[in-house]
Amino acid sequence: MFEKTGVATREMVMTKFPPMERINKGPVAVVECYQKIPCNPCQTACPAGAIRIGDDINNVPQRDESLCTGCGICVSKCPGLAIMIVDGSKSAETVEFRIPYEFLPLPEAGEQVVGLDRAGQPVCSAKVLKVMNPPAFDRTPVVTLEVERKYLYDFRNFRREAKAHG
Amino acid sequence: MREVELLIIGSGPAGLCAAISAASSGAKVLILERSFKPGGQLIKQTHMFFGSERQYASHRGVDIAGILLNKLAEFGDRIELLLNATAVGFYEDNVVTVLKDEKEYCKVKAQSIICATGAYEKSLAFPNNDLPGIYGAGAVQTLMNVYGIQPGKRVLMVGAGNIGVIVSYQLMQAGIEVVAVLDAAPRIGAYLVHASKLARMGVPILTSHTVKEAIGTDCLEAAVVCEVDDKFQPIPGTEKRYDVDVMCISVGLSPLNELLAMRGVEMKYVGQLSGFVPLRTEDCETSIPGIFVAGDASGIEEASSAMAEGYLAGLCAAAKLGHVPEDFQQRRQEYRGQLEDLRSGPVGDRIRAGMKLSQL
Repeated sequence: MFEKTGVATREMVMTKFPPMERINKGPVAVVECYQKIPCNPCQTACPAGAIRIGDDINNVPQRDESLCTGCGICVSKCPGLAIMIVDGSKSAETVEFRIPYEFLPLPEAGEQVVGLDRAGQPVCSAKVLKVMNPPAFDRTPVVTLEVERKYLYDFRNFRREAKAHG
Repeated sequence: MREVELLIIGSGPAGLCAAISAASSGAKVLILERSFKPGGQLIKQTHMFFGSERQYASHRGVDIAGILLNKLAEFGDRIELLLNATAVGFYEDNVVTVLKDEKEYCKVKAQSIICATGAYEKSLAFPNNDLPGIYGAGAVQTLMNVYGIQPGKRVLMVGAGNIGVIVSYQLMQAGIEVVAVLDAAPRIGAYLVHASKLARMGVPILTSHTVKEAIGTDCLEAAVVCEVDDKFQPIPGTEKRYDVDVMCISVGLSPLNELLAMRGVEMKYVGQLSGFVPLRTEDCETSIPGIFVAGDASGIEEASSAMAEGYLAGLCAAAKLGHVPEDFQQRRQEYRGQLEDLRSGPVGDRIRAGMKLSQL
């Protein structure tokens, strides 16, 4: 179905997440790249050597969760915006996501937004904690959001409430 | 008549890289660009490019144009760039006729020529496909990203290849609603990461769908789409209507290389490369010595390959003119290696097959 809709199945998504113990330890990258295409900036960008593509630029990236520090440099470097950071170390009830977001106007810290799944359907509420848009991110801002834990494998995007657009 | 050492037609990714490469070997280069701005299609690509560092991956296309132009500037008067200059003819004595500023007609005679003229958008036949509001997706991208003009309010994108999904995403960034992306093929042609970006914005991607007709009197008011079977035949009863004021057609590109055909270069239809292409050597030289081709004009690929091909063509064209740098073999292998890497994966299957068919 993925090749017909662009929406990865739950099984596919699960293969890209590290084990829960790792998520609970601290931030870690989830690299949702499933297709062999000639692309390797994630490997080049990673200061920890945690993302490996290898000699064939077409290989699908492999993230080593023991090396990944969750620094998030790869998030705004991935041309496919396929990488996000998850962090389950902050709370027993919620998990933090850092996702790339290239739409204006940007949300503001503290704002409640609608959490969307991989098909763009509303699944939960999410709270914006931080919006980072430094020059190094080259106009791919990264938004940190807090989401209920049970949506860990569903949440992937967000939409601002209509009224928030002013 | 003006005489030049190396003439490069087109200042897109292939043309600019060819110019940098040739000038760095010592050749004197004149570049013709038909637009008012150099960079070809790069200047409207606001998304980050794929590939590796060597093709400026993860930089936005529009910024890559800037990087390449800055490099060009390093060669000072060894490179001249002529804007608003359209090559309109290419003759046996290597004379290229040029229309400058749409009024002045002049001639350039070159010892060697690299044709980096790019591609044009394919069209799709359906009733009322000439209604205002129906555009090529590339044209819409130019309107939005070069001129800052919204093409309309609600868009139906026809074609789920890379251009279709990228332009859809950029339409949404410009605040325009994209109601759906459809494609007659049973699978999405675009890189799936691009498709996923759209999907999670809630835009449905409808594979095995085509446009049945456009509806409107003075301009586009609606589009009727339907499902197709595995032989691409419409399935009756599956019609759906979308009220839209814009339809973007993104059903592929064809190489733009009539100049080479006019010059008498040996051409061949190669489906895998999306049209008629010149036969050429591994060094991008056509059947006529001293005439080279690079980028989409030699077959439709990504900008990353166009850049690598440009560097290779520029290096080899300059070498043939006597400008052989010390590291010639090393650079030649490097660019060929880049092309091999970019074409080596499953998405490169078609290109590799096309390359075999178009080798001299």
